[in-house]
Amino acid sequence: MTSPQLRRIRIVISSVIFFCFFMVFIDLSHVIPSGYTNKLLFLQFIPSFVKFYNIKTFAATGFLFILILTLLSGRTYCSFLCPLGIWQDIFSRIGGRIKKKFRRYGYRKPFTILRYALLIITLIVTMTLGIYAITLLDPYSIFGRFMTFFVKPLVILINNLLAGILGKFDLYTISYIPVTGYTLAAYSVPAAFFIFVGILSLTKGRLYCNMICPVGTLLGLLSKISLYRIKFKESACTRCGRCAVGCKSSCIDFLSYDVDITRCVDCFNCINICQDNALTYSSVISGRKEASTDESKRNMIVASLLLLFGLPERGSAQEKPAPKPKKESTVKENRTFPVAPPGSVSIEDLNTWCTACSLCINACPNNVLHPAVSQYGLSGMMQPVMNYHKSFCTYNCTVCTEICPTFALKPLMLDAKKLTQLGKAIFIKDNCIVKTEKTACGACSESCPTKAVYMIPYEGNLVIPEVNSDICIGCGHCEFACPTTPYKAIFVDGNEVHKAAKKPENKESEIKTPVDFPF
Amino acid sequence: MKRRAFLKTSAGAGIAAGAALTMGGYEKLWATSSSAAAADKYDMVALMGGSPDAMFDLGIQELGGMGNFVQKGQKVLIKPNMGWDVIPEMAANTNPLLIKRIVEHCIRAGAREVYVVDHTMDNWVNCYKNSGIERAAKSAGAKVVPGNSESYYHEIEIPGGVKLKSAKVHELLLETDVFINVPVLKDHNSVRMTCCLKNTMGLVWNRGYWHSNDLNQCIADYALYEKKPALNIVDCYNVMVKHGPQGVSREDIVTMKSQIISSDWVAADAAGAKMLGVPVEKVEYIPIAHKMGLGNMNLDSLNIKRIKM
Repeated sequence: MTSPQLRRIRIVISSVIFFCFFMVFIDLSHVIPSGYTNKLLFLQFIPSFVKFYNIKTFAATGFLFILILTLLSGRTYCSFLCPLGIWQDIFSRIGGRIKKKFRRYGYRKPFTILRYALLIITLIVTMTLGIYAITLLDPYSIFGRFMTFFVKPLVILINNLLAGILGKFDLYTISYIPVTGYTLAAYSVPAAFFIFVGILSLTKGRLYCNMICPVGTLLGLLSKISLYRIKFKESACTRCGRCAVGCKSSCIDFLSYDVDITRCVDCFNCINICQDNALTYSSVISGRKEASTDESKRNMIVASLLLLFGLPERGSAQEKPAPKPKKESTVKENRTFPVAPPGSVSIEDLNTWCTACSLCINACPNNVLHPAVSQYGLSGMMQPVMNYHKSFCTYNCTVCTEICPTFALKPLMLDAKKLTQLGKAIFIKDNCIVKTEKTACGACSESCPTKAVYMIPYEGNLVIPEVNSDICIGCGHCEFACPTTPYKAIFVDGNEVHKAAKKPENKESEIKTPVDFPF
Repeated sequence: MKRRAFLKTSAGAGIAAGAALTMGGYEKLWATSSSAAAADKYDMVALMGGSPDAMFDLGIQELGGMGNFVQKGQKVLIKPNMGWDVIPEMAANTNPLLIKRIVEHCIRAGAREVYVVDHTMDNWVNCYKNSGIERAAKSAGAKVVPGNSESYYHEIEIPGGVKLKSAKVHELLLETDVFINVPVLKDHNSVRMTCCLKNTMGLVWNRGYWHSNDLNQCIADYALYEKKPALNIVDCYNVMVKHGPQGVSREDIVTMKSQIISSDWVAADAAGAKMLGVPVEKVEYIPIAHKMGLGNMNLDSLNIKRIKM
């Protein structure tokens, strides 16, 4: 095929995909149903792969589709489906506008050692230590963090500007949305990647994908035996070199009529550029001369696949260090463990399966999920942690458990979630307003959805909180509501492993329906 | 004297009073005239036995109709309690039927715009939706406005406040002409009862301050603020008698099928306390507000119209 339509199709599909991802991550009014999000994420390679190993069912086989797709068509995933890839294409385009230069790209030698080393390191780290390398390098998760940390705040600012202007005209259709800021340290990794990927894509096209990205490298290996690929029609080529200059992957060596198929992302720009129709996207079988098989390369592919599929046997039997308790001697709220989000089952499970894409952080209607810095220790950097100083977990909500692409947060039915104890409220009497100021407060008990925090008689007419940990679910509403500073008088200490809370018991009231006015 | 004629004279008296006090401000003038009109008949109307909307229809009629409180072209703010993400049957929020009917009365009285707002405890979108109030109020023609961001709130002074000397209140309280307070009567874990006076916390941004600076005194102090409700309509249809103000399950709810309507919020609170079976003096902010001259908690000295349907 030499049709210019190929490139157009690629642009249309990738634009739609990018738009969908943008909406899912921004979704200011939380209207996108989780089923939709799940469908969109089905074809994301790493999330689907991790989910497959996490729950070990064939319900999450999107990554197999991608592998098959790659075997058939080459790295189309990178151009059509990968949000980070499309993000880079947008940047490349902007880069082209800024710097109109004839020779933008041109053929470059591959960073063979670096990219295969990174792929192998990622595999080894994942199999021996945990999910860190995937967390750091999964393109979808990197994209997710870009959206959460940089794009969403920008969109919120624009939204608030509009809300302010409309408010002046007595229109309240757009409402203010508070900008959630995270701890500065949480921005470090996303910011580093943002700058790195940004500069590379502005100036060098898809270099990141062909130098760093382990998914790109892996799919590149597979595409060596792909059915369809970009090829030269040597007879038609006039060696003008336009294709090489326009190639985002810098993988066309027109002098030797060679397209480095491991780096080609099937963007089809070259086909459009070539005025002599000398480049085609076609099946290998059709024009095959003499197939020379490189056994060593095939073995490499097989070996890496085997390595990948060997992943589930890791971990479970291995003793992992418990997450570092957050011990700061100056802090009176002495939290033994951070509070992990509902559905995570335990801190260890979360740390094992979460790739820190931050989708849940965006989806949470209450903004209680924050990216962890050191709460879980190094193993859980950027993974979601409940921040009860900023917000609390809504009693009637299971959104985060519904949309997790890797099932690090497993789906919880609402009834089950209402009885899942993430942690226990602990009351510090010496901080409490009722004791220190001798005035009424009760903000904690007021907010408690299960009345695990209730008030008991104190001095005079005053009442003071008490906690029944059996029915406490650790939602953190009490901690959030407590007005004392800098330390709260009530806080939630996380459960290392989530427990089942008892159902709150309730008796019929002694007060009966009145028959007459009591006044 | 016919009602209309009376209204005209009392409005005139109101203007005179307003001018004499050189206080100015349209809303104050309005408050004076309406209270004068209502005072002639009853200080309070208490109803029992009907649906929330039917009780309001009858109650407001006894007070001379909504036209007594809302005039043509005025902007009205209705403040329900819709602070909790629960369904209407749990009675943590004001009954949506009642809100709908109040909005209808306001619009029929010629209100230019009717707003409904609350600074919620739970996630505001869910509260507005699951309380049923957003839909009910909108269907009657009201504007349901968010109160979730500090940018909607403006600093006001409270002269004479003992603990609470200033607060940040929702801009709609400042921009509207008439304020109608529609709390739901509930048990409250620390101040024993939440009703008219406590409902105002939903118009305030920095209410955490109240909790840490003598909650009871702050609740009473806020009532000093000049923008007072023209009407307080207490929803006592389903009443949360324990585990308030949020409630745990249906066992916390007693169906009382009642309603209290009064321009005096201290009196309405005192009546609410009696409905809950709590001694009035135990709800500390009521005697404090009474002593500060913000209303009358002695129900015996009031002219109360009691209606059983």
